[in-house]
Amino acid sequence: MHIPEGYLSPQTWGPAYAVMVPIWAIAGRKLRGSLSSRRVPLLAIGAAFSFVIMMFNIPIPGGSTGHATGAALIAILLGPWAAVLAVSVVLVVQALLFGDGGITAIGANCFNMAVVMPFVSYAVYRLVSVRAAARAPRRVFAAALAGYVGLNAAALTTAVMFGIQPAIAHGPDGRPLYSPYPLAIAVPAMAAGHLLVFGFVEAAITGVAVAYLARTEPDLFAAPAPAIGGARS
Amino acid sequence: MNARRLWIVVLILAVLTPLGIWLPQRLGAEGAWGEWGPGELDRQIGFVPRGLARIANLWNAPAPDYAHPGWEGRSFAHQGVAYAASALVGLLVTALVIYALGRWLARREGSHAP
Repeated sequence: MHIPEGYLSPQTWGPAYAVMVPIWAIAGRKLRGSLSSRRVPLLAIGAAFSFVIMMFNIPIPGGSTGHATGAALIAILLGPWAAVLAVSVVLVVQALLFGDGGITAIGANCFNMAVVMPFVSYAVYRLVSVRAAARAPRRVFAAALAGYVGLNAAALTTAVMFGIQPAIAHGPDGRPLYSPYPLAIAVPAMAAGHLLVFGFVEAAITGVAVAYLARTEPDLFAAPAPAIGGARS
Repeated sequence: MNARRLWIVVLILAVLTPLGIWLPQRLGAEGAWGEWGPGELDRQIGFVPRGLARIANLWNAPAPDYAHPGWEGRSFAHQGVAYAASALVGLLVTALVIYALGRWLARREGSHAP
């Protein structure tokens, strides 16, 4: 799901950066008001977990690979704005040190995996887990569903970014200048792998982690989860 | 919160990351959709899109694909060690950046409203 260098036209990656700058600024402001210094270690652990879990490429035999992101888990534990920050740092480190995702595509990749994914996951989790006890099975189900839906939402926005390239950027000969496959190919291709396989991996990881943490660290679920609005000071 | 125990879980996962390159190899899976190199794209569609070719090598990462540069022909054990080492370096750098950002952003303990 990491869009590489050269797959997006400037008229895509430019606006993606332009959208991300204020989102990063808002995330910083929200966290300044709501992030307790007691929670910073958990944020670092969450980001490290996200980094590592993305390295587990899950193969579809004879097909493509994909991976979970951990973004839903961070959003559930620390709120979506914390997840924006944590996953963005992960994606920047991946691009700069390991060439995973393009430098020009950092804004786009952050939008998909560090904004769409945590916010969608968080909304699903809050909706489904409402008034569930810390260790209730419904909370685990909500977490798993959040991972599944969130990853698929991110895969969809990523596929749309890939798929619009041939239409918006082609040479005088009509040949695509960047990602060559149109929406009709990109969206089904990305959706299939994520709907059928990778989404379930994200669901399992998120569900298992929440079940484990609800048992070992119940204080994480005792207080009301941070609201999307963030300010809880 | 028992941060130590959670860190151990993350470190164990980091050591296990070579599974993330071994399993796809075993099952004959290709890379992720849409993340092909220019050569592979040329094979698929018969040309390398011009704009893509121009900036594909814009950035030279120190350890592309979480691998040790120059170890491409080495045994799987070498690849696995390089991959796990990349996981450890990556998670360490990520955690340090988050700690720095978090310390800068977080409200001090005791200063929060009653």
